[in-house]
Amino acid sequence: MASAFRRGNLAFEDVFRLNVAEAADEAPAEIAQWEIAVPQHPGTGMTVELDGVAKSFADQPVLRDIRLSIRAGEFVAIVGRSGCGKSTLLRLIAGLDRATGGTLLRDGTPVNGISPDTRFMFQEARLLPWKSVLDNVLIGVTDPDAASAKMKAHAALKLVGLEDRADDWPSVLSGGQRQRVALARALVGNPRLLLFDEPLGALDALTRLEMQRLIERLWRQRGFTAVLVTHDVSEAVTLADRVVLIEQGRVAMDLPIDLPRPRARDGGFVRYEQRILDRVMTPGDSWS
Amino acid sequence: MLRVARRLFPRSGKLLPWLIPLAVLVVWQWFGSIGWIPERTLPTPSRVLAAGFRLLLDGELIQAMLVSTWRALVGFAIGGSIGFVLGLLNGVLPLSEKLTDSTIQMIRNIPHLAMIPLVIAWFGIDEEAKIFLVALGVLFPIYLNTLHGIRSVDPGLIEMGRVYGLRGWKLYRKVVLPGALPSVLVGVRFALGIMWLTLIVAETIAADSGIGYMAMNAREFFQLDVVVLTILLYALLGKLSDLIAKWLERRWLKWHPHFGAATSPSKTSSA
Repeated sequence: MASAFRRGNLAFEDVFRLNVAEAADEAPAEIAQWEIAVPQHPGTGMTVELDGVAKSFADQPVLRDIRLSIRAGEFVAIVGRSGCGKSTLLRLIAGLDRATGGTLLRDGTPVNGISPDTRFMFQEARLLPWKSVLDNVLIGVTDPDAASAKMKAHAALKLVGLEDRADDWPSVLSGGQRQRVALARALVGNPRLLLFDEPLGALDALTRLEMQRLIERLWRQRGFTAVLVTHDVSEAVTLADRVVLIEQGRVAMDLPIDLPRPRARDGGFVRYEQRILDRVMTPGDSWS
Repeated sequence: MLRVARRLFPRSGKLLPWLIPLAVLVVWQWFGSIGWIPERTLPTPSRVLAAGFRLLLDGELIQAMLVSTWRALVGFAIGGSIGFVLGLLNGVLPLSEKLTDSTIQMIRNIPHLAMIPLVIAWFGIDEEAKIFLVALGVLFPIYLNTLHGIRSVDPGLIEMGRVYGLRGWKLYRKVVLPGALPSVLVGVRFALGIMWLTLIVAETIAADSGIGYMAMNAREFFQLDVVVLTILLYALLGKLSDLIAKWLERRWLKWHPHFGAATSPSKTSSA
């Protein structure tokens, strides 16, 4: 059932049943709490289509010919060596940079700058240090002056388990907590596409596992499309429906991960991980 | 040893900064009264204090201080605003920077006190002369630090603001200006120092009222106690403006770890 869910197109009853079943076997109290805090938005994800997308910086090609089709509600991980252009690709999808060639569609319409449906999580939390945690989350609300804005922000903080830190300055939070605030800020506007640029790269191993679980759970609850750039193959296999390897500016591998969620590091997991790593490490393709 | 001292004087931390000034006063008084420092070179602290009381009672001291403080603040407000606006414009608009920055840098490198002869020729010894000089003096530190502050705002935060749909004035109000504020306040502290320095010089050379004038007048009659008093007054006023700047920093930079992020926003916002 869990692997069926990743198609992202399930009917509301299915999602509901799934969540109830989940609630029975893992952390029931917590799930129940989130259920109340968040309305269900199944199947609200955005589709992303890349066809022959290219990007050059000062005549230096970074991306050459990217063809990639991301379904609504799908979780795609993009991996590759550093400097392969995976972050550039993510910035193109976000609309932060413009492609120099090819077509890039979000929900069937060409990408033209930043849209409120799309949120981006950076490697650093990028919280405004002069605003309280709650006010930082409020930045993500499309209409921050509305009466309901504060309630929304509180609900988003609850989602990431930081409702009791709403009145603190960001500078007193730990690195993981800051990223959770950034996640709340990204989620509060109900985005349909969430882009992650190695947001867990700077965290310690345990916080990282915790954040991975949180991201997976929220993604399953809310049904947004997620694109995660990471250099950690194991993280990609843990979270993604599909792992895409970028090499020399092209898609070198596009591998669906057919494992039930939540994923454990069993034999199947390790086989996927090894397959991707073997491909990354193929000596012929190495630049060094 | 230190622990014993701390137990004996539980507030020693607060008194410590005053230890050296106090010791200097005591030694000065002592040397003066046994004649090691002649009265005609430097009057004792008690004589200075007495002169202070005398001038306080006949109202001359208050009058002089009011006049000087007024000049300082008006000059600061004018020069500070011009510097801030120029820094803002040049930090935000590349065209404006190209147009004005090199001119401002040229004027900045003229010592503003070198303008005194010209200023006297223009304004005589009226109020405008002093206010003009103070404004000219404080303009540049505030301009430079505002410009620097705006330029050194983390580009990552600006990009984050763009992702969340902040642009134009909103982006400046929420991200750029708060980010530049610590640097602007450094400029304010520099400017406050320059403000008093300029005023002292201007008042000693061209004035018929104020603390500087009081000092020059007293020199004519060889009232060294009054001269020393005015010098101490400047030290006091300087310390006062520094306290104001620190107070502003604590109030506006509450979020900054250096100024006490230990307190949460909700607890301090009522203060």
